[in-house]
This record gives sequence, C-alpha cells and structure tokens, in this order.
Amino acid sequence: MTDTALPATRSTNPFAGLMAGTTGPVLVILLAIVGIWYIAAVALNTPFQEGIYERAKQTDVPFTQLVSDTLAQERPVLPAPHQVVEEIYKTTVLKKVTSKRSLVYHTWITLSTTLLGFLIGTTLGIVLAIGIVHSRVLDKSLMPWVISSQTIPILAIAPMIIVVLNAVGISGLLPKAMISTYLSFFPVTVGMVKGLRSPEIIHLDLMHTYSASRLQTFWKLRFPYAVPYLFTSMKIGIAASLVGAIVGELPTGAVAGLGARLLAGSYYGQTVQIWSALLMAAFLAGSLVALIGVIETLALKRMGMAR
Amino acid sequence: MVIDIDNLSLTFQTNDGPVHALSDIDLQIDEGDFVSFIGPSGCGKTTLLRVIADLEQPTAGTITVNGLTPHEARLKRAYGYVFQAAALYPWRTIAGNIALPLEIMGLSKAEQRARIAKNMELVNLAGFEKKFPWQLSGGMQQRASIARALSVEPDLLLMDEPFGALDEIVRDHLNDQLHQLWAKTNKTVVFVTHSIPEAVYLSTKIVVLCPRPGRIYDVIESDLPRERTLDMRESPEFLKIAHRVREGLKAGHSYDD
Amino acid sequence: MSMIASTKRRFDIPALLAWFIIAMAAIALFSPVFSPDFAITEVPRLAICLVLLAILGVRYELGFMRNQVGDLILGLVAAAAAWLLIDTAGRHVGDAALGFWTLTAATWASAWLFIERLANWKGMSPLASRFIDLAIPALFGATILVLWQLIVTGAGVPKVLLPAPSEIWLRLTTSVPILWADFQQTFMKAVLIGYVMGCGAGFIIAILVDRVPFLRRGLLPVGNLVSALPIIGVAPIMVMWFGFDWPSKAAVVIIMTFFPMLVNTVSGLAASDAMQRDLMRTYAANYWQTLFKLRLPMAMPFIFNALKINSTLALIGAIVAEFFGTPIVGMGFRISTEVGRMNVDMVWAEIAVAALAGSLFYGLIALAERAVTFWHPSIRG
Repeated sequence: MTDTALPATRSTNPFAGLMAGTTGPVLVILLAIVGIWYIAAVALNTPFQEGIYERAKQTDVPFTQLVSDTLAQERPVLPAPHQVVEEIYKTTVLKKVTSKRSLVYHTWITLSTTLLGFLIGTTLGIVLAIGIVHSRVLDKSLMPWVISSQTIPILAIAPMIIVVLNAVGISGLLPKAMISTYLSFFPVTVGMVKGLRSPEIIHLDLMHTYSASRLQTFWKLRFPYAVPYLFTSMKIGIAASLVGAIVGELPTGAVAGLGARLLAGSYYGQTVQIWSALLMAAFLAGSLVALIGVIETLALKRMGMAR
Repeated sequence: MVIDIDNLSLTFQTNDGPVHALSDIDLQIDEGDFVSFIGPSGCGKTTLLRVIADLEQPTAGTITVNGLTPHEARLKRAYGYVFQAAALYPWRTIAGNIALPLEIMGLSKAEQRARIAKNMELVNLAGFEKKFPWQLSGGMQQRASIARALSVEPDLLLMDEPFGALDEIVRDHLNDQLHQLWAKTNKTVVFVTHSIPEAVYLSTKIVVLCPRPGRIYDVIESDLPRERTLDMRESPEFLKIAHRVREGLKAGHSYDD
Repeated sequence: MSMIASTKRRFDIPALLAWFIIAMAAIALFSPVFSPDFAITEVPRLAICLVLLAILGVRYELGFMRNQVGDLILGLVAAAAAWLLIDTAGRHVGDAALGFWTLTAATWASAWLFIERLANWKGMSPLASRFIDLAIPALFGATILVLWQLIVTGAGVPKVLLPAPSEIWLRLTTSVPILWADFQQTFMKAVLIGYVMGCGAGFIIAILVDRVPFLRRGLLPVGNLVSALPIIGVAPIMVMWFGFDWPSKAAVVIIMTFFPMLVNTVSGLAASDAMQRDLMRTYAANYWQTLFKLRLPMAMPFIFNALKINSTLALIGAIVAEFFGTPIVGMGFRISTEVGRMNVDMVWAEIAVAALAGSLFYGLIALAERAVTFWHPSIRG
C-alpha cells in the first residue's frame, strides 16, 4: 500500500512554488548572510572609526555618516561585501592576467596545483581501491593505514615537504600537488572500496555462473556499480585538494597562489585582499564541485543510472 | 458502537490531479467485533484505517471513535496500532520497546514493568525481554509489536496488514494466536489484509473494498461460530464466505488497469 | 565472495615471493654489500642474515612446514633479518651497495610473505582472529618503518631531507618537555575547546533549524556548500581578530567543525521513516518525546560521522592557524620554526605526536560510537 498523503500545495501565490522548493529558502539564507555581514562590518569597524573622529575632533557625527565611513575604510577589521567585490573586480577584470597583482593569475596557479594533485590522487585512490578489493592481504594490511593516514595532520608538514623538496631541487607545481594528492586520495579510496564492493552477492554469483574472469567481473559488474560512489568521493576529493593547494602555498616567500595572497594579506594587514582571496577560493571550490556534479550527471545519464 | 463512519470521503490533491482515495464510506463497528478490510491495492483500505487512527484527515463526512473525533480519541490513547512492519526501535530491547508508549503516557516504573510482563506473556514472548529486535525472527518481532500496541490497554486494536511480510507457515501460527488473543480479551479489532483465508478465519465482519474511487463494495457478516480452529478452513461454511469475498473482489476490480 | 576469489587466483603470490627471496639472496652472495668492496663473507652479521633468508625461501618452495608453526618461524626469520640489517647499516652509513639492497628486498619480501600467510590463517577463535586483524596492519606499519630506516641509513639520505625513524625516536624521547608544552597549547586548548564549542553549536543550531522547515531547506544546501569550501583560509582573519594566543586557533576550529556537524545533524534528524513517526503520532507523543525517543537516537550514526570528520579537521585547523602567528609555543609554531632551522627530526617528532594524538582522539570517538550506536547494521555486523 502506498497511500502517500500529498497536501494541497497549489495556490495562487506565484512565490509559493519557489519557497516550497530549495531555491527560495537558499536565496533567502544567502541574502540574510549578506545582511548580517553588513551589520557586522558596521559594528566591528565602528571603534576604529570613532578613534578617527576623536583625533579629528569631530563630534556629533550623524549615524548615516558613521555607517558610510565604516563601510569605506582602507583596512577595515571586516570589509563590507561591496568592498571585497570591488577588489575582486579590480584585480581580475582591470588587471592583465599575466600581472602578479592579478587575482586571475594567482587563482590559476592554485587551480593548476589543485587539478594536478587531484588527478594523481584520484588515480592513486582508484588503484589502491582495486588492490584492496581484490587482495585479502592488502585489505587487511593497507586499509587500516589508509584510514589512519587521515588522522595525521599532513597539512602541518606541508611547509616542510615543500621546503625540503625545494632544497633538493624539486620545485614548481609538484611539491604542492603532492599535498593535494595526499588529501584527495583518501576519500576516493574509501568511496571506491565501498563502491566496488556494492554489487550484491546475487550479482557476483551470476557472474560466477558465467565463469567470468576477474577482469570481466570488474568491468562488467564492479566498475559500473562503483561509478556513482566514485563521483561522490571525487567531489569531496577535489575540495580537499584545493585546501591542500592553498596550504601548500603558505610557506616560504609566499610568491604566488591564493594561499600566498592570504599570507601576504595577513602580513600587511590588507583585510580586503584576504577576503577577496577567500571569496575567490570559495568560488573556485564551488565551481570545481559543481563541474564534477555536471560530469556526474552526464556520465550517469549515459550509463542509464541517472535518477 | 465503537466506530461510526458516515458518508466519509477523502481526496488527495496530487500533481496529476485529485485522487479519490475514499468515497462515500458508511460503516458501523460494534464493540467486540473483529472487522477485516479486504481489497486490492489502491482500494483505500489502509487509508480508511489511517483515518480512524487520525493519521489522515477526511475531506468530507463524519467519523467518531468511542463517540469522540479521531483526534480526541488519539490524544486519549483509545487505540493501539500495529503497522505492516514491526517498526521496533533497534536501540531498545524488546521490553524497552514495549515500554515506549508507556513512558510517553507517563506511567510509573512499576506499572510499566507489570504491563510489559503481562503483554509479553500474552503474545508468548516471555523470556525475550532483554533481546534486541534484530536478534529475533520476523514473526517474533511482529508479535512484540502487537504486545507494544496491547500495552496501552486500548479497547480498540487497529492492525494494518500486520502479517503481510511473513511466510505462510508463520502467518497461520500468528493468525491462530491473534484469534485466541481476541477471544480472550474481547477487544474490538480492525484488521487490514489482502489474504482471503486470513480475513475469513479471523473476522466476524468482512468489508470488501474496491478501487477508483475507493469505496465499500460488500459487507459480509460471518455466520461462523466465535470459537474457531485452523481446521475450520476446510469446512463448507468457511468456503462459502470465502467464495463470496472472492466474488466481491472480482466484481469490484477491473484487471485491465 | 572471498571463496570465489581464491578459486580464481592465477598467481600463487607466496610462491613467487619465495622465489624472489632466493634470487635476491643468490645475488647478494656474489656482489659487494658495502662499498668499498665488502663482500658478504666479510660481514658476519649479514652472512647470517643471508643464510637465514635463503633457508626460508628454499624451505617454503619445498613445501616443508607449511603450517602455522612454519609461518611463525617465517615471521621470526624476517624480524631477525631486519634486525641484523638495521644493525649493520648503522655501521656503514651511506655505503650500501647492490648486495645490501638485494638483502633488503629479500627481507621485505619475507615480511610480505609472512603477512600473506597470516592473512590466510583460518579456523581460529574469534579472539585470535581479532588479534590477527590487529597484528596484520601493525606488521605492515613495522615493515614500512624498517624499510624507511634501511633506505635512509643505507643510502645515506641527508638528515634535512628525511631523518631515519631511529633519529626521530631519539629526538622524541629527548624533547619531551617541549613537545608536551606544544601539545598542551595546541591540543588541550585550541583543539579540544574549539571542537567542543564547534560541535556543540552545530548540534544546537541544527535542532533549532529543524523546527523551521523553511530554514532547514535553505540551510542544508548552503551548509553542504560551505563544508566543501577551504574554510582554513579564515585563519589569518581569526588571528587578526582574536590575537596570537589559542583563542584565535579555537575560533578557526569552531568554524571548521560547525558546518559538518550542522549538516549531519540536520540530515540525521530527517532519517526516521514515516512509519516510525506515525507510531509516535498514534501515541500522541509531543515534539520533545518524539525528539528524544525517536529522532535523536536515529540521528546518532550521522552525528558520530560528523564527530569523526571533525576530530581530524580540528587538529589540522589548529596547527595550520598557528602558521599565521602564535606565541612561541604550539605544534604549528614549532613545525614552522624548526623547518626554518632545518631541524627536520624535530618536525617529524612533532608530527608523530600529532598523529598519535589524532589517532587516539579518533579512536576514542569510534569506541564511543560503537557503544552508542551498537544497534546500527554497520556496527552489529
């Protein structure tokens, strides 16, 4: 019996449908975040602004004046959203891409590290998962270490790895990408092991009755079953990979990349620069995850697994 | 009279337009009756039971349970409800599961213990108090869920295909046990099923429903004696009633859709 | 499944390994083990090692003592060979030649063979098989450490690049006070306080949000998105706002742990199915009764998932936040300054402490999970 009760949702209000789904609520929440941000910006920047007024011997500053001043400081405690957006606009559209002051340039450095690390990490993760699923010994000996590898705060040694590899002449993308690799292989391994083991016994028995080889069982049964798991874990993996790339850029010199912008910003108190790098990183993470989501939809549709 | 349903209808609004789950239902259920709702999928038998339990709201007509609205009856815990699945909480022992409604009603610990012991005895589960649901077989789980419904000590028991997921042998056994329980306690039972032998064996009154729109096609007052045994299922009287039910189901159901 | 796998096995890996051990021992016999021109016969310890390994390989190939006792002897031989190699390598740092490497490879193969045999032990009591399940990864880890030690000392890898495990251990045992102070600053203050506050806030907000369907629908996608963002980037801002000491690190930890907890708790509270909620409705249970008796127990697996994710996030957050400014104590501070001074062994000692703390933290939560969600299919097995 599937008597599902559906309440009468159709009403004449055109916004009712929007608000009943997720789009409306998400928009409202995002607007609320921007609103809170503005209020917090005014509140947090007021003490500094009052100091300025005091030194300039200005008294009885009208509230509107105070608000507009707090939202236009050079180095605010919390920059207002429009200041950050303006900074991003200035450093992306108005700067040449090759310039060291262009945010696009720094984003590109971080992105290429992320992608390289993610690629190696995903490959490694899949290979490990195949090994673990097919070998009892690997399953028993390796799997516990794969899991405990994540309790080692690898990000903490990221600087050291980079310094050390630089010292022996390995520099450029690879050292940073290694950190991304370390962070991104884990979700892929765990997800793929789960996925490759997800076919039911009955399906494995069916392959067995066909006397299928392990390779055939893998390509015709295990792998298709694992694809949805692979995409889910790749979404986690690429986000982790980005974190690895950013932290990998922190040490030594802070030359290029979003992580370097964060560090440089914190050295010189350039809060607007920090926030613009942060927002850019957030945008990058969102786009990368969304991109994998799109590929997932296409791939699953192609494989006839889309829901 | 325990349940009085008068001209009741229920229409669901779906994206494909309205669905008439129940249409013009008239039904009276007396104290001590064992009433079965039988019919094909989509005939609204579960929906009707859920209306009695105040889990669905009718869109037209009236219904009273013990002279109250279903909502008031629910707040007074006037009935016990047994679902298709046992729906026992895996983190509670069997005794803990039976205690659940008693805790919600705020009974004293001593009263809870007494009722748990009594009802576990009643469903022949004594000795399994400390087991967890997932350590028991499906039939035992469903018996525990019946004990849980009985522990509220309602005069009315609502059962929604409680044995639908069990195999025939276990089912026969539980039917027998349920019959004896009913004979012993003299409760009013409303029972949803799609098994003809089950309905005939257990019921004093069989309500045949048919779909699109969900409505009552036939109400059969059973002339079998109140005391019943599983052997009676071979008797001509039994087969006569079963035949009438089957005819009703056939007539009310068009197989081309 | 494993039965199907074993009948389909084409390579006899143990036999291959045994052949490999014999081949390696043969090469070692005829090539220098250490430069300049130390033959195997001139280094008694390695000669013993070679003989042991060769006997082991031949014995396995002949199929003699292929039982549990034989397997244990295999393990003992591998351990003895490893010990002899480590001991000798320490006297000839950086002078390893072909013979030494083949012996190392043979030792590694014999350890692998041992693990391979161990993994196939059958018909034991539950306690014994539980012990084996713990021993196998431990042996695997020990093998990695031995190889690390042999390669680093044998090839004479500079200490700044990669110190040997023995050096790290030495540094660890001689710098206990510094490490303890760092641990207190970073773990006991920043991590634990931030973790409790972040998880607590996420949990409470989730319960509040859950009461308003509109907020729940809106916050869940936003929270999922935020969980994917590189939140660690707020570290410099927190350091600016809350100063150099531990509160700024705790703030980073709070922000990092908040969202996973929020998202997981909200989805956990939605995990109860319609029938269970109907059941509570037939009892006329109120909101709080339904929450405490049904929905929170049902959400526990999700909540523990968040607690486990957060335990690693918290440690990472606190350590990385220290790169942006600290008082002169703390694990992140120590790591960044000792890297600058090229005291890499100290960095590794700090990492070892962090890894140990992280694993214990995770392990404790996993134990609590087993105790609380014993009823969940994934735990009751």
